[in-house]
Amino acid sequence: MTDIPANGRRLPDRLDQPLKSALMSWESLLVLVALGIFIANSFASPYFLNAWSLSDLTFNFTEKALIALAMALVIITGEIDLSVASIIALASTLMGLALQYGADTPMLVAVGIGVGILCGAFNGFLVTGLKLPSIVVTIGTMSLFRGIAYIVLGDQSFKGYPKDFAWFGQGYVFWVISFELVLFVVAAIIFYVLLHHTVFGRRIFAIGNNAVAAQFSGVRVDRIKFVLFCLTGLMSGIAAVLLTARLGSTRPSIAQGFELEVITMVVLGGVSILGGAGSIIGVVLAALIIGLVTFGLGLLNVPGIVMSIFTGSLLIVVIALPILWRMWKERRA
Amino acid sequence: MNRLMKSREIWLALAILAVIVLVTLRFPRFSQPHNLLTILNDTSILMMLALGQMVVILTRSIDLSMASNLALTGMIVAMVNAAFPMIPIPLLIAGCIVVGGALGAFNGVLVWRLDIPPIVVTLGTLTIFRGLVFVISGGAWVNAAQMSPDFIQLQRGSLLGVPNLTWFAVALAILFYLLMTRTPLGRSFYAIGVNPTASVYTGINVGRTKFLAFAISGAVSGLCGYLWISRYVIASVEVASGYELTIIAACVIGGVSIAGGIGSVAGALLGALFLGVVNNALPVIGVSPFWQMAISGAAILLAVVLNARGERSKGRVILKKAEGAA
Repeated sequence: MTDIPANGRRLPDRLDQPLKSALMSWESLLVLVALGIFIANSFASPYFLNAWSLSDLTFNFTEKALIALAMALVIITGEIDLSVASIIALASTLMGLALQYGADTPMLVAVGIGVGILCGAFNGFLVTGLKLPSIVVTIGTMSLFRGIAYIVLGDQSFKGYPKDFAWFGQGYVFWVISFELVLFVVAAIIFYVLLHHTVFGRRIFAIGNNAVAAQFSGVRVDRIKFVLFCLTGLMSGIAAVLLTARLGSTRPSIAQGFELEVITMVVLGGVSILGGAGSIIGVVLAALIIGLVTFGLGLLNVPGIVMSIFTGSLLIVVIALPILWRMWKERRA
Repeated sequence: MNRLMKSREIWLALAILAVIVLVTLRFPRFSQPHNLLTILNDTSILMMLALGQMVVILTRSIDLSMASNLALTGMIVAMVNAAFPMIPIPLLIAGCIVVGGALGAFNGVLVWRLDIPPIVVTLGTLTIFRGLVFVISGGAWVNAAQMSPDFIQLQRGSLLGVPNLTWFAVALAILFYLLMTRTPLGRSFYAIGVNPTASVYTGINVGRTKFLAFAISGAVSGLCGYLWISRYVIASVEVASGYELTIIAACVIGGVSIAGGIGSVAGALLGALFLGVVNNALPVIGVSPFWQMAISGAAILLAVVLNARGERSKGRVILKKAEGAA
């Protein structure tokens, strides 16, 4: 799928001491970028620096960022999941269908999350059970899942979600802090501990560095990959609940193009697309940066499509900077 | 004969034939030459794009920016045509190839000189190119009334009863066939896909070869930018939105291995044709267009599953033994 440098892949500089090196490296660059954008935003628009708008900001990225947390683990193992946005579409559609049959709020949430996990398990089965490349599998399921949403919905949309369901996407926990943000912070902490402080997390890095060696040292590579695909499915299901609740309706085109934004967050967060390296802190920072950029540009009335130029350039520039820096230093030496 | 039966292209051609025969049994008009020609014409652009993508995938890279490149080049050429209708169309087409090639070369330079993984580079340029379409057009459309008659008519005309658009695809297919089978460059695309390290030792410049692959896929996207705009006679920000994955799907169905090194011109063409035939057959047999996406998704999965056997590497076999021993 991706490129392997001729001299073999670079080893990650950290397997189990994330915080110490985090202060020095990629994450500090991201913090600088985030601060820069934050300051630029507050100068650019008088509406930026107040609690309500900062709280609104979170809606820009939390749903995608939730998926990015799980996607980071998948990409660290050297796989990829392009079907996440379609999982949202299918989960949202089946929630809408359940609503038509009179499901209440707990039932709707269960349907959304359940569909997410099932879709993830399907991906996981195709990748690990049949040994197929994940990029191709998930291009297929990406069409398949959203296709099923189109079959069910046609050109219609489901509306009329109950009020207590809408709270998941619109509610506030502590006056101005949205439920979505609280959920994201909790999830980020869980994923941080999972990846950087458990044996499971260490095995994820091991698989990404060398799946064959990991297999020989007793890591059940396929089982872990399967679990990770289920995990992205689960997070997509949760995102489907939040997004459906926030929009209050289901259309088959819901969350179109999310997969690329999620991957952008992960890659910008310093996760190697070749596998084997990355950190949750980086992904959280990258999500924050993208949230800040889109929100700031939104305040300046920049159309969404133009924002994509900024996020795309940000992705390339931030990744190219350390490389250019290294090349420049080598040239001088 | 045995080798022939194992060939992926033969099976794919048989599958396409089977779909056509099955539909014809119910609806005889489906296989009339005129209708088949229409399907071929409808699929021509996808075929060309699949050829460009194939070259990139062969080198273990991927180009996610093709559809955005197509939209950007298409918008540029449409605006130029609307502003200066007197510029001859062949010159415009040459311009499209150059502009598209330059955009592709930009991807290529980032991959070659900075060693950034292709999926990251093209993910970035996918959004950048699409955003630029909006910037240069201000969100406005260029419609049929603004385009010159020649601009629209060129690919609609026909030669020997075959539409010009199809001839474009035929010409490009021949060009790619010669490139892949008769030139050192074509051979090096395969070589670095099969084993980049060994290629370095045989004197192939891996980075430069990848750069050329991206420039080629860009040039094809640029050409298709003109063809797409003049076919659907509207240039907008939304042109070919999300099409990048359809192009990759066509390659995958056509047996181009995403791990690099495996694929053929015939395979890429047939992969695109398969999607085209299925999508054209659905409305004929009375299946609603809403089924289209799910069916192509299922077709992709089926193709990969069927293809998996042939591609399995020896390394996996060793691993299998290890699994058994453990």
